[in-house]
Amino acid sequence: MTVFAFYLFALSVIAGGFFTVVSRNPVHSVLWLILSFLSAAGLFVLLGAEFVAMLLIIVYVGAVAVLFLFVVMMLDVDFAELKAEMAKYMPLALLIGLVILMQFVMAFGAWESNTAAQSLRTQVVPVDRHNTEALGMILYDQYFLLFQLSGLILLVAMIGAIVLTLRHRGDVKRQDVIAQMMRDPAKAMELKDVKSGQGL
Amino acid sequence: MADFFFNTNLGMLLVIIGQILLVVVPLLVALAFLMYADRKIWAAVQMRRGPNVVGVFGLLQSFADFGKYIVKEIVVPAGADKAVFFMAPMVTLVMSLIAWAVIPFNDGWVISNVNVAILYVFAVSSLEVYGVIMGGWASNSKYPFLGSLRSAAQMISYEVSIGLIIIGIILSTGSMNFSAIVDAQRGSYGLLNWYWLPHFPMLILFFISALAETNRPPFDLPEAESELVAGYQVEYSSTPFLLFMIGELTAVVLMCALIALMFFGGWLSPIPGLPDGIFWMIAKMGLVFFFFAMVKAITPRYRYDQLMRLGWKVFLPFSLIWVVFVAFAAKFDWFWGVYARWAVGG
Repeated sequence: MTVFAFYLFALSVIAGGFFTVVSRNPVHSVLWLILSFLSAAGLFVLLGAEFVAMLLIIVYVGAVAVLFLFVVMMLDVDFAELKAEMAKYMPLALLIGLVILMQFVMAFGAWESNTAAQSLRTQVVPVDRHNTEALGMILYDQYFLLFQLSGLILLVAMIGAIVLTLRHRGDVKRQDVIAQMMRDPAKAMELKDVKSGQGL
Repeated sequence: MADFFFNTNLGMLLVIIGQILLVVVPLLVALAFLMYADRKIWAAVQMRRGPNVVGVFGLLQSFADFGKYIVKEIVVPAGADKAVFFMAPMVTLVMSLIAWAVIPFNDGWVISNVNVAILYVFAVSSLEVYGVIMGGWASNSKYPFLGSLRSAAQMISYEVSIGLIIIGIILSTGSMNFSAIVDAQRGSYGLLNWYWLPHFPMLILFFISALAETNRPPFDLPEAESELVAGYQVEYSSTPFLLFMIGELTAVVLMCALIALMFFGGWLSPIPGLPDGIFWMIAKMGLVFFFFAMVKAITPRYRYDQLMRLGWKVFLPFSLIWVVFVAFAAKFDWFWGVYARWAVGG
């Protein structure tokens, strides 16, 4: 059963990745990419890393890919032009791909795992706690400072993005919600008793 | 016989399929009646009769509607992306159904008792947005597209505060498993031991966020009839539309189940001494659904900028502050340790 699930997920990761590249329509590409992410999450579950799997879905599929999809749907791209552009770079891309493939073959041809590594592999998670707890222990106890630092870096990046794009414009009328809610009907309007046949 | 069902692949597959049917079939039947209840409550508030023709008191109205949807013609817009167009309603329905795999209805009555159950539900509900986006985009028409963009932005915004509220519950329990969350609410004072009391502000925030997340009124902007016809569903007819409708309502019932489990102690009895059981769980879900229906009847629709302001400028900071508060209260045992249930309950 597990083996069957593994091949199913592995196959759909590869198929998703393949169709992400070859799809003509960029929206289809993103959808295939999402399939690829989901299958990768399935592989994580099979490995017993259910927390990482859920994070992958929540962060990448639930947030990042949605933004991708938004951007891609909004773009007005001429696909034929894009294809022609791509064909121009095809030989170079093939060359780079070939070089990387050769490197992989050479690297993994002579590769064998250390005998000490074998025993490490079986001891990823302490037996008595599940991996969410184990991750928490490592992240928030052992590497607490590094974790805080990486959070700080993200914060700086976020503030930077806001500072770069924020412009205060004086000529735009904005709603002040507090002021709106604090309005008093007695002050905002005046009731007049208009006699018939007379103006105000 | 037991050996066949628990030790062979085919047997295990049969058991799993049986379990799935055991959850999905009662759920879908219940949905039909909940849809009817929704309309009846709505009608009662507005002093109308509501559906009352099909069956006794109109009880079979939903089934008549389903049958009607199924036999109608499927209309596909000429410029539509056919594959994505038909996939969208299926995604909506499937995503709202697979979340039920980890929802326990009674002690141990759950298809898959995973450690990260609450994260799983959160992940699946964050995937529901794809049905909306795909439906709006594939229709290749302006109104559905605008509706789907609105809806997607709304769902993503409120997911953030839902996530933070869930973190508060996880902090209090020390586990992401629903059975553990319910067990942590067990105590000698019955309903006073449940999380709604210590986490009371979050109960209200979660309820409102759930309304926004499931596109229920007063946050049903994607299908705001006055300006957007029917949002991303404009081009859908017949069975695909039915799938959208069932998917949305399933998501609503899922939110009811989540509120019942996280804040109202799931299957625990409210009065000490009475037996726990699945009927409490169902009663609590029904109560929450009643409030969903009432909100639909008595609140006017929000404007889009008000909705976004509420999500990002009110709910997000408040729930973030609450997470910090719960973390400190749990760590240092403030308020007689009500925020640190893992220390008390074990």
